[in-house]
Amino acid sequence: MANPIEVRKTGDHGAHVTPGIGKDVIVYVCLLVLAGVQFVMAYQNLTVSQMLTRMMFVAIIEASLAVLFFMHLYSEKRSFLIFVVVFTVSVLLGLQYGWTDSNRMINGAPYSEVK
Amino acid sequence: MSQADLTMEGHPAAAPMSGPIFSIPSKKFAMWLFIIADTMTFSACLFAYGFLRNGAPNWPRPFHSITNVAIMTFILLTSSLTMLIGVRASRAGDKPKAFLWIMVTAVLGIVFALLHIREWMGLIGEGMTMFKNPWGTGLFGSAFFSITGLHLTHVVSGVIALLAVGLRYRTGRYNADDIEVVGLYWHFVDLVWMFVVPLVYLLNLNH
Repeated sequence: MANPIEVRKTGDHGAHVTPGIGKDVIVYVCLLVLAGVQFVMAYQNLTVSQMLTRMMFVAIIEASLAVLFFMHLYSEKRSFLIFVVVFTVSVLLGLQYGWTDSNRMINGAPYSEVK
Repeated sequence: MSQADLTMEGHPAAAPMSGPIFSIPSKKFAMWLFIIADTMTFSACLFAYGFLRNGAPNWPRPFHSITNVAIMTFILLTSSLTMLIGVRASRAGDKPKAFLWIMVTAVLGIVFALLHIREWMGLIGEGMTMFKNPWGTGLFGSAFFSITGLHLTHVVSGVIALLAVGLRYRTGRYNADDIEVVGLYWHFVDLVWMFVVPLVYLLNLNH
């Protein structure tokens, strides 16, 4: 029985483990299904905030699958994975500061009202 | 000049750097840094869009059908798979197969861009511009064209990169590592679309 994991010599950086295309196809199908779930959600009778929460939850799963398996972050060194995740999440959390001004716009704080 | 001469008084000499950081080839690491930086750019745009949508009481919902955006999503996801096949073929040393799948990916990217431009033309034909539209606040046009335009720019840049790297790979100037690096960029373009679709299209569906 053939080994599904092939180890091949490549150009500059020595041996790379090259698994078959099967796992990629499974991830691809999962991404298609998840994208389909988002499209179905768009036709549900949900409030904008409910829809936003559910769609973002699905989008984050999709993005995680793409980063880990399509971009092979899963097979990089663990320290690099942690660096990417911690750095990205920190900046995304930092961007949340703007919601206060956004809410003030809709609630009509004195200086944001249209004269 | 010896290493001892370079040492600051009272401090041991720093050990010389051995090997690439995180044990990742420099080109690949540079691409990851670019991707992280670009993530910040897209995040800032999408959060700004969210702030505006949250703050504007008459936000328009101009999309009546999701057929076009569904086809575009399918094409972009499929292009990620074809890119993976190309990367694996290049790793296996199968140059013709790798070149073929890279070109298939580039063609899918071109089809995506054409569909995107067709959609823009449809919206412009309905009276939408950067500053006004017939349905609600004019902020929608500027937010929509900025975000989708930035993404479309990335797709077009990706297609150009795929063609350039693919052709140079075929002639032997580039190797499998270069294919992997351009593949990372292409997957990132796909990843961004996963957030653009729900935020910009699906939440503004008029049904």
